[in-house]
Order: sequence, then structure tokens, then C-alpha cells
Amino acid sequence: MGRHAIMIQRTRFLIGIFLLVFSLVVPPVVAWAQQPGEQVDEFVPISELPPEDQLPAAPLLVSAYACVVLALGVYVWSVGRRLSTVQQEIKRLELEIKQDIHN
Amino acid sequence: MSTLFAPASGLCAIMLAATPFVIASAPYESTMGLVQKIFYYHVPSAWLMMLAALVSGTSSGFYLFNRKLSWDRIAVASAELMVLFGAIVLITGPLWGRKAWGVWWQWDARLTSSLTTWMIFCAYLIVRRFGGIGSEKLAAGLALFGLANVPFIYVSVNYWRTIHPTTNVVPTLPLSMGGPFWFCALTLLLLYMLLMQLRIRLEEQRTQLDDLYLAVDK
Repeated sequence: MGRHAIMIQRTRFLIGIFLLVFSLVVPPVVAWAQQPGEQVDEFVPISELPPEDQLPAAPLLVSAYACVVLALGVYVWSVGRRLSTVQQEIKRLELEIKQDIHN
Repeated sequence: MSTLFAPASGLCAIMLAATPFVIASAPYESTMGLVQKIFYYHVPSAWLMMLAALVSGTSSGFYLFNRKLSWDRIAVASAELMVLFGAIVLITGPLWGRKAWGVWWQWDARLTSSLTTWMIFCAYLIVRRFGGIGSEKLAAGLALFGLANVPFIYVSVNYWRTIHPTTNVVPTLPLSMGGPFWFCALTLLLLYMLLMQLRIRLEEQRTQLDDLYLAVDK
């Protein structure tokens, strides 16, 4: 099987996986996200709510900034790793070409 | 790589390290309180997401028109950064919304158009990675669709009913909030420019590697 045919087969497989995951995940997520909230018939002071319903802002803020730092850090590391791999391969091939010329 | 790259990287690292202190110095917003501080990274990331989509889409258009590889390199570099900043926006937004709106997500015009544009650029990268020979032209077409979505994302909050704040928020910021905001925006813009340069360099080296493989095969 040629490289092109393998690429096409792999792409079809990935598209299939994507469609399967998309069709399984998206409808329940949409349904869950669009659930209307409960109708209010009384006001309760926030201090009287159980701790799990008080929703402090700090964990959300810390999570947001942790995600930003993590995403940027992983991306910079990923580009650096790809760049060093390519540079090593370039050096290896240049050496191979030089040796071929000398031989 | 440019001689300015090293000093600019140093400056960017210092600015990034300073942002938590700058953000902490900004006052709390009256109704949202502490969680509103997500704004200082969320909004600049959203701007960079749109800028990256604009750069990628425009470069793809030029590439389709004149087939110069330099345009394609800019397009793929910027598409990757669009996905990066888009991911930041789509993660930090719901974390803010959960506290400010009481819901993680709303299928309104701004959020939905941002998500679909982000998915278009994810598709761009998947096509580039697995599409085989000639996939760069197909991907360039996708980037044009992504580009067409950008103005829609920007104006959506002003034209449709949505719980997302309008584009009027940033121009009306008081100095105590505007200073930290523009500092963060400049820091992330500098980071975007540096990452673009690094990513374009990677594409150039990949082209050089392909040429070397051809030379070895001869």
C-alpha cells in the first residue's frame, strides 16, 4: 500500500473517530448546558447556603490562571522540542552529505 | 532569527512575571468581585485568537493566490497560535461565566461563533497533519472560512441578545483597571509575536530538512 493510500486511510479513520466522539459527546453536553435553572420563590442569604453552593471565586480564578500558564508552557515546550528535533536531523543529514562527498 | 529575539524574549518573560502583581493591583469590579480578574487574560487572549485567525486566513489567501511558501508558513504558524489562544479563551470564559452568570456555557452568538471558529482552525491543523500531499491548499481554504467568522465574532455581542459583555467595556475602563488590562494585552501581544517567529523558524527548518532528504536520496 502506498504512503498516500495509508494517509487517506488514516485520515478517514481519524474523521470517523472524530464524528463518533462528536455525536456521542455533543448532544448530552448541549442538553446539560441548556437546562433551565430552578424557579426562585424565596431569597436566601448567601451565608445560609451550604458550603458547596456558595461557589467561592478564588478556585475559579486560580484554575483559570493555572490553565493559561499550563497551556502557554506546554506550547513553548512543544515548539522547542520540535525545533531541536528538526535541527538535530538537519545536522545529521549535513554530516551524511559531507561524508558522501569525501567518499 | 532576528537579533531582537533574545532581548524581546527577556522583556516578555519579565512582563509575564509581573502580570500577577499588576492584576492584583487592579480594584475589584463592583458586582463580580474577585472572579472578574480572569478578564485581564481572557479578553487579550480573545483578541489574539481573532488576530491569529486574521493573520492565518489572510496569509492562506495570499498563498492560494501566488503559491509562495513564505505565506503558507505564516498561515500554519498563526493557525496553531489561534488554537492555543482559542483554547485559553474557551477554558477561562466558562470559569468566569460560572460565577458571573451562574452557568458554564450559553449557546449565544459570541460563544458559539468563537467555538466554531476554533474548531475550524483545529480542522485546519488536522488536515495539515494527516491530509497528505496537497493538504496545504485544502487547509488554506478552511482558514479562509475561519477568517470570514472573525468579524462575526467581534460584532455578535452588539447585534444579538446575549449575556456576554459588549465591546463597549474595554474603551470605558477606568485607568485603575485599564492600566493592568493594557499591560496584559501588550505582554500577550509580544508573546504572540515571539511565538510566531519561533514557529515560522520551525517551518523554515522543516523545508530545509525536506531539501536535505532529497539531496541524500539523489
